[in-house]
Amino acid sequence: MSDASRPRPADKPLDPNEKLDVASLLDGLEHYRPRRSGWHWRERLAHQHLYEFDYEETSAGLKNSVPLPAAHYFDNIDPQPDCVVTTEIASGRPEDDIRRMRMAAWHGADHMMVIRTAGQSHMDGLLEGTPEGVGGIAVTRKQCRLTRRALDLIEDEVGRPINFHSYVSGVAGPEIAVMFAEEGVNGAHQDPQYNILYRNINMYRSFVDAAVAKHVMAAAGIVQIDGAHNANATAVKAWKVMPELLVQHAINCAFSTAVGMRKEQIALSTVPPDAPPAPCMRMDLPYAVALRDLFGEYKMRAQQNTRYMESDSREATVSHVMNLMISRLTSADIQSTITPDEGRNVPWHYNNVAAVNTAKQSLIGMDGLREIVKIDRENPEFKARVRELKERAVLFLEAMLRDGGYFAGVEQAYFVDSGEYPETHDDGIARCSDGGVAEGTIVQRANDYMAPVCHHFGENHLPQGFRGRDFCEAAPCDLIGGCTLCDDSKVPFIDELDPVDNVNVRLAATAEMRERGLIKPEVQWAGDGYVAVTMFLPAAERVAEAAALELGRAMNLVDVEVIHRQVMHPAEGTLVEIKGRLDVAIDPATLVIPEKPVPLTDEEIRAFVATKHLRCVAATVGEDEHSVGMREIIDIKHGGIEKWGFACTYLGTSVPVEKVLDAAIEHAAQVVLISTIITHGDMHRENMEKLADLAAEKGVRDKLLLIAGGTQVSDKQARAWGMDAGFGRKTKGVDVASFIVETMRERGM
Amino acid sequence: MVRPDTFQEVRASLAGLSDEQLEARFWELSGACVEPLVELARTHTSPSIERSVLMRMGLDSRTCMAVVSETEKRGWLGHGAGHLVWLCMQAWDCDAPAAAARLAAGEGWDIADAKWGGAK
Repeated sequence: MSDASRPRPADKPLDPNEKLDVASLLDGLEHYRPRRSGWHWRERLAHQHLYEFDYEETSAGLKNSVPLPAAHYFDNIDPQPDCVVTTEIASGRPEDDIRRMRMAAWHGADHMMVIRTAGQSHMDGLLEGTPEGVGGIAVTRKQCRLTRRALDLIEDEVGRPINFHSYVSGVAGPEIAVMFAEEGVNGAHQDPQYNILYRNINMYRSFVDAAVAKHVMAAAGIVQIDGAHNANATAVKAWKVMPELLVQHAINCAFSTAVGMRKEQIALSTVPPDAPPAPCMRMDLPYAVALRDLFGEYKMRAQQNTRYMESDSREATVSHVMNLMISRLTSADIQSTITPDEGRNVPWHYNNVAAVNTAKQSLIGMDGLREIVKIDRENPEFKARVRELKERAVLFLEAMLRDGGYFAGVEQAYFVDSGEYPETHDDGIARCSDGGVAEGTIVQRANDYMAPVCHHFGENHLPQGFRGRDFCEAAPCDLIGGCTLCDDSKVPFIDELDPVDNVNVRLAATAEMRERGLIKPEVQWAGDGYVAVTMFLPAAERVAEAAALELGRAMNLVDVEVIHRQVMHPAEGTLVEIKGRLDVAIDPATLVIPEKPVPLTDEEIRAFVATKHLRCVAATVGEDEHSVGMREIIDIKHGGIEKWGFACTYLGTSVPVEKVLDAAIEHAAQVVLISTIITHGDMHRENMEKLADLAAEKGVRDKLLLIAGGTQVSDKQARAWGMDAGFGRKTKGVDVASFIVETMRERGM
Repeated sequence: MVRPDTFQEVRASLAGLSDEQLEARFWELSGACVEPLVELARTHTSPSIERSVLMRMGLDSRTCMAVVSETEKRGWLGHGAGHLVWLCMQAWDCDAPAAAARLAAGEGWDIADAKWGGAK
């Protein structure tokens, strides 16, 4: 597809310490061409050994990534699941979308699904430029090209191909499909049933357009995702809609293959329909199995439940983890994610990362689980339900054919009825064949209908005797000297059409922030100023909400809104989360940032420890049975201070302070390490002070370094309570060893 | 129509099928369902389809819109907007974007008029 004669910008690789330079990505965009087309599946590794563990369902690791928070206990490994992981991006501005994609890619997303702006599906034609979208983005050639250009750099940065995805639905499907093929878009939603049922686009137009769009997608290797999950999201009772979901998947699959798509290019968008407090796993697993039985040759795009999503991100995350368990017990080729704040607002960028991490954490945590935990397919209840769902779907299809076929079925409201077929409640979505958007716009192809381009579906009467040769195999485009799908240099480019609503104007508005490096909070767009505040208020729900708004304003927030509330007790109080804009920018040049201590080298520490024969006594003090943290600091196996030759005596847990000091004297130790949890009763403070006082009383304070550690210990407090240092969460052995060596040198010990 | 759950009665016809036969029946019915839809698509076109043809001929979206709107207005969509542009390319010995630009500017419609029997 490439044309070497055309000037192409050569992009500088990304530097992990530098932000994306949007201006340079916009520069020369008219000449930028995608470097590849088609979808990328992760390459599954049969076995992978990382750190001390064996994995069965992973793919190759990334060159650059942010591992899960607990990974520092596991040598910072960041295993990547075997399936593609999706994140849904909906900032409405391409310049902010790409920054969000970069963050998501570093956490393990390799499928960037860009949601379209409200209303684009009803536009009969293409949009151009970069107008701002609502709830999604205006999908245009420039937006696609900018995004693909950024993703080409991002995929090099993380070391894994990234799939870019949007929607080939709506009235302009064939045009969008061609534009996607030309711009290297890798995946797309395409399902004419979605147009008909949820967008009220004329049913004839939807299917006629879909055939051409799908045929182009097939040629470009674009993976298709269907729209059946929408029935789940719309259904009155999601547990009743399962037979119909099977039918909707089948109609799109059968139609797609009939117009030229390969089965492995077609992914079923499937959602576990239910959520707690329903016993959802038992209800949804038979459905997941029935679906995979019937559609075994197709790909599964496992989506997460949105039907029963409220503003509680904890509840959403738990539901999604259960969805992920169904993926692991059955199968998923693409694991989609829903941001945990989708029940509140348009997703915020850090919630994209949260959702991707929920998927990665769960999929890796359940790695290989299906080898030892299997679905009992012979369980009578389960077996009967799987069979029943298939039978109900067959009955649905039989009846629809009897009643005149698909179009008649839609007119008779077969779909999205709240009864489980054959039960009906007569509340399904009905559409008229002679109604809807773009009604009356299809035309019969004449006997001389001709389209001199490649990958065109349907009747096409090329001139008699015409034989193509130069371009494609079928080569109708030889008639015109090549089409854009065969000759990349023919792809046109339109820049901005709106002088006000475009990326350049928006970037100019935030130019000062970027140039001066000012820091402003954001959740969606650069400099939007939004922050969220969580508070417990000892008041009933409605009072608490009103009070929270007032408190937000008192914090100098503007446009304050309640985004979540949960009753803790009708009278005792309510948890409230608010969001608001904080119109403050910080100049980092004005900040006083303490210098990060640089640990000493291994050789330096080892030499000092050997010369001084350093010995240390360690214990968990008070009534405390925790020993993990202390062992991490001293054990050689965990990179503890033994590694450099410290002779350590570990006294155990719940050791009285007196005993610690006696042992230090007995062993002639130079260092005392105590570990303590923070208690409500101030025991941690008392223990530290007592240790320091006892050492002074016994005349050994000058000969000892007293060091306290614990997850919530702060250096400042520990020093105030008589210690020489305090070490908190994430401390490593090298930090403690460096401190000991440096302090002893300073004090001439 | 409101109907109670008659599953137990109406499933009688399927009860004798093995799982494999049931799955085969599912796909046979799905195929039958989409057959007329595929035939409809094979024999029809739409403004978006015709614009997608012109796009593949190298035209930008605004030119596609102008040419297809006029073609539709004149009732010639069924012959193919790409067909029309191709006729003009031959008449003027130029490439597709140049021919379409002239069509969008109002030239050349007489070429098609001569072939397809006048504007409707």
